[in-house]
Amino acid sequence: MAVSEKLAVEQVGTRGIVVPYHLTRAGAVRAFFDREDVLGYVLLVPVLLILGVLVAYPFLFGVWLALTDSTIVKAGHFIGLENFRQLLEDATFRQAATNSFVYTGVTTVFKLVLGLAMALILNIPFRGNRIVRATTLLPWIIPTVLSTLAWKWMFDGTFSVINYVLAGVGVKGPLWLSQWPWPMISIMIVNIWRGMPFYGVSFLAGMQTIPQELYEAATIDGASSWQRFTRITLPLLRHVITIVLLLSTILTFADFQIVYALTGGGPANQTQLFATYSFQVGLRGLQIGLGAAISLFMFPVLAIIVFLTLWTLRKSD
Amino acid sequence: MFAQVRHFPVLKRAAIVYVPVAALLLITLFPFYWMAITAFKPNDEFYNTTISPFVILHPTLDHFIILFTKTHYPEWLRNTMVVAIVSTAVSVVASTMAGYSLGRLRYRGANWLGWAIFVTYLVPPTLLFLPLAEVISNFNLFGWEPPLMNSIWALIVTYPTFLVPFGTWLLIGYFKSIPHELEESALVDGATRLQAMLRITVPLALPGLLSVAIFSFTLSWNEFIYALVFLSDVTTKTVPVGVISEFIAGDQYFWAELMAGALMGSVPVAIIYSFFVEYFVAGLTAGAVKG
Repeated sequence: MAVSEKLAVEQVGTRGIVVPYHLTRAGAVRAFFDREDVLGYVLLVPVLLILGVLVAYPFLFGVWLALTDSTIVKAGHFIGLENFRQLLEDATFRQAATNSFVYTGVTTVFKLVLGLAMALILNIPFRGNRIVRATTLLPWIIPTVLSTLAWKWMFDGTFSVINYVLAGVGVKGPLWLSQWPWPMISIMIVNIWRGMPFYGVSFLAGMQTIPQELYEAATIDGASSWQRFTRITLPLLRHVITIVLLLSTILTFADFQIVYALTGGGPANQTQLFATYSFQVGLRGLQIGLGAAISLFMFPVLAIIVFLTLWTLRKSD
Repeated sequence: MFAQVRHFPVLKRAAIVYVPVAALLLITLFPFYWMAITAFKPNDEFYNTTISPFVILHPTLDHFIILFTKTHYPEWLRNTMVVAIVSTAVSVVASTMAGYSLGRLRYRGANWLGWAIFVTYLVPPTLLFLPLAEVISNFNLFGWEPPLMNSIWALIVTYPTFLVPFGTWLLIGYFKSIPHELEESALVDGATRLQAMLRITVPLALPGLLSVAIFSFTLSWNEFIYALVFLSDVTTKTVPVGVISEFIAGDQYFWAELMAGALMGSVPVAIIYSFFVEYFVAGLTAGAVKG
């Protein structure tokens, strides 16, 4: 309040009495909004409104939908956990669940290893380093659906350029998008291609915060470059690696675009994930209640990851 | 800055640096090269197996001309741009307010609210799209003006839900790192907190705001599932949705038009990105890397 008292422009009231500014109505309003807590809450209103109406409420509404037999055209009745029971007996759903875990697990391992390799290479000074770094992020920048369409064309059944190159070295390439297990492999290749730069660039940013003296001291003590990597780089990158893994796992586990654009979940639901199957049942099949139940199956896994992320970040605060 | 030893013999350097870098660039860029070469290739060279598929003998703009004269592509491009610009502007303003509030002001519950907003950052759109579609169409039912469902308003309204949590989170950190002295002396000189915020602290946080803006713009430009679900009229679509839903007829793919459309939809973000690489990387790594 010290501020408004300093400001206090004295004002002459209607009866000729001198009233300090902060006791007039305008002054009081101004002083009220100058309070740290009041201004703090007021500034939060837009964000809380957006997130309340369009995230928190839809989430709860989705839980409700999953407990009903609603369709797109008519609101349904409460049917308890019937949707969930039905899904557990649905072979396609079980396929989608398995696929989601395989897709997330396999791509995460590749992205982690390749991302580390990418960061190590780009951490070496060479001419054109900056432009190479900027270029490697392109798969992350360019709209995923559009680059995935380019991959779809590269995987084409008849004119696959990848198979053209393979034929050049005497290998007969597979039918990427139609012959088991290649459709799953194809969506994983595109996911790794798209996700690796995020790993690489984050790790690189982390590596650049490691003091150079540590490496110099280790070198003087006779540490090999592998020892410097495992004893200095990896331990000091632990925090960055954890956060990147957690964020990436959420994005990958809940992925939709790559599968939708590349295979549409097919052939014969071979590449269906939680999100694509939820879309197929909830929108294409009009069973919005059942669709909501499918996407809610992601929730336990996501909740665990969110918890781990918060725990990691709070620990480092 | 750089961790490795600086002087390698030429051969060793080639093996450690240039070969992996070349491989990395090849893998990164090949799909874009393939996109571009398909987009400029004339139809008669397209399925001609006697010439190498990697070259174009007579580049043509035909596919782009078709794109801009015979399809709704110009409208999709305009829609994508309008949605990206408006939702970015909304998000930058809302995130700045919330980021300042949570990063600089002390009041009960600030810490808790900050974490609550961060949690929404981790909620993927694929968990919400079905109920959100219902919520959006209910706005239409209740006579909300302008109608949201099936207009770009649906996207302008919903995109901030995944932009604002990120922006707020990034700016909380940014605002915390700005020294308090300047602001305090303005308060002593009689400024209100709001004036101090707008005239002193926010201008100092401009690089952070720019990171949020660049990041929000690319995320909006790339968004797919909400645009796919909320828009069904051919004229209201965005580029990714329009290209994938209108240039594929059954099992017939118009590859040249698809790739031309994909290229034209990629170039604007690539250009913006190239001007602001540093800000983009700062935003991208803000969550993971501290100080």
